[in-house]
Amino acid sequence: MSTRGRRIREKGIETLLFGCALGSVVTTAGIIWVLTSESVLFFRAVSPGEFLLGTRWAPLIEPRSYGVLPLICGTFLASGGALLVAVPIGLASAIFLSEYASRPVRSVLKPLLEILAGIPTVVYGYFALMFVTPRVLQPLLPQTEVFNAASAALVVGVMIIPTVASLCDDAFRAVPRSLREGAYALSATRLEVSTRVVFPAALSGVVAAVLLAFARAVGETMAVTLAAGMTPKLTLNPLTSIQTLTSYIVQVSLGDTPAGTIEYHTIFAVGMTLFTITLLINVIAHRVMRRFREAYE
Amino acid sequence: MFDQTCTSQRRRCTLATLLPVVATMIAVASWGPTADAQVAGKVRLDGSSTVAPITMAAAELFQAEQPRVQVTVGISGTGGGFKKFLDDRAELRTDISDASRPISGSELKRAAELRIDFIEIPIAIDGIAVMVHPSNNFCEHLSVAELKRIWEPGSAIQNWSQIREGFPDLPLKLYGPGTDSGTFDYFTHAIMGEEKVSRSDYTASESDNVLVQGIAGDRGALGYFGYSYYESNKDKLRVVAIDNGDGHPIKASLDVIRSGAYKPLARPMFLYVNAASYQRPEVKAFLDFLLDNARTVVEHPRVNYVALPDDLYDLARHRLREGKTGSAMAAAGGKTGNLVEVYRAH
Repeated sequence: MSTRGRRIREKGIETLLFGCALGSVVTTAGIIWVLTSESVLFFRAVSPGEFLLGTRWAPLIEPRSYGVLPLICGTFLASGGALLVAVPIGLASAIFLSEYASRPVRSVLKPLLEILAGIPTVVYGYFALMFVTPRVLQPLLPQTEVFNAASAALVVGVMIIPTVASLCDDAFRAVPRSLREGAYALSATRLEVSTRVVFPAALSGVVAAVLLAFARAVGETMAVTLAAGMTPKLTLNPLTSIQTLTSYIVQVSLGDTPAGTIEYHTIFAVGMTLFTITLLINVIAHRVMRRFREAYE
Repeated sequence: MFDQTCTSQRRRCTLATLLPVVATMIAVASWGPTADAQVAGKVRLDGSSTVAPITMAAAELFQAEQPRVQVTVGISGTGGGFKKFLDDRAELRTDISDASRPISGSELKRAAELRIDFIEIPIAIDGIAVMVHPSNNFCEHLSVAELKRIWEPGSAIQNWSQIREGFPDLPLKLYGPGTDSGTFDYFTHAIMGEEKVSRSDYTASESDNVLVQGIAGDRGALGYFGYSYYESNKDKLRVVAIDNGDGHPIKASLDVIRSGAYKPLARPMFLYVNAASYQRPEVKAFLDFLLDNARTVVEHPRVNYVALPDDLYDLARHRLREGKTGSAMAAAGGKTGNLVEVYRAH
């Protein structure tokens, strides 16, 4: 092929690839635009102050009330609980995989861990409702309600263990071998090396991993919709029915709310809140990660 | 030549086998079930999502027998259904309107203005049962006033002892359907006087099975949902008799609901048939099928309502055959207690 032909082909492929990358950016921009434009219609009827500071969420029951705090509280209760489950187990798995496991063990264990992430979330939700609540939680703590935040938190925690383990494992493996070898040379045991040398060195990576897993748990929809209930309330009691931002959106979207009404616009206002929370978490995690990368250049 | 003979032989062979096959196919295609005459056409229904399970089940069973009829059931709500039933443009009007309440005064006026004659027939009863845990031996009945105090918005009642003097100190746990449910709309209307007025801190679920599980597992539970789900779970729950203010609490049962005595938590559901549409054979066939199989369809486990007494279905059939137009419920005014009397008199 002639040089000119080659140059045109190269330019063409470059444009095509740029178009694909631009496509993702355009999609994100489109989503933000839809959320914002519909939320603006909501905030014309309800003041942002009432929305962000109100403590009663009842947009579908008379008398109406549009304070989103109960939903945010429910979301953090469920995802915080999920972190309590996922972080210890995920971290311990990561330490085992990077410091203790031999290569054949690692090559078997890592895929097995990934299976947990492959189970559909709706299955986790039903598992929580039909098994975890009646056969695990209620026998142990009889005051547990049929819908509760704890069972949702437990299954979401199990679901994000692979995320935490993977990201922490990457963080540990990025710690230079020289640090470990120096410690071994000073006759440290493997446990001492793992906990006193590697873990502190990889701390910012671990924090970033936890934050990213948290963002994932905040966005989790099906498991909490099925297991946690539909009762928005401001509470720290994990054994009672709550409602999260995501399960509220499911409730209204699946119902017969006519388009253009204020109930319809609450979907977008809540979606905007969810988006903002997840964005903030991701930005903080990214900042922390960046600082981690610079330490070893 | 050998080939030519073969070819002509083959042609004769093919014709010889094809002809009887084609003849049989034509014969089979024109043979139909000798039972009923096959009808064809479209039947359009729209209206209440509470009534829709009945008409949808009837449509499914009917279309199995009459595959050339297309029955469509929309769920725009009772009000939305009437709007389409009484549309300005005749070609857009529905044939039958599903309604979970009788036709209203303004809708009657509009029908008169547009000269739309309709036939009103009752089709089933939707009853709501109020339930407690089976070990609850102190709450035999509750009055409508007490139910209102428990369920109204901002209610501070968190304990059984706050409901009535003599009830034990037991935390009250409330269960009920979610805000999308017709049962929620009806219960709030009947008890609070206005739709959708309710306290918001109860365990809500659109799934009645989850509510059954919740109430059956909680000693201090009090919940409400469609009566039929209680019927299927009688061993796990206890039903509470309802006092409608006259001092005589009435305990729900299929017979009691059918008789109309269970107030205010039972309401009849109706079908409004466009009299002109009824003249079309496919619409007539569908309605005849529905009324002939009313009990089976209404009390089918996936539909789960309470069927009317047989004489009401007979009266409905009679109304359709005679073409008796107009709303008997409207004519009866306030006295709509005993449906059989209403439909006999009007």
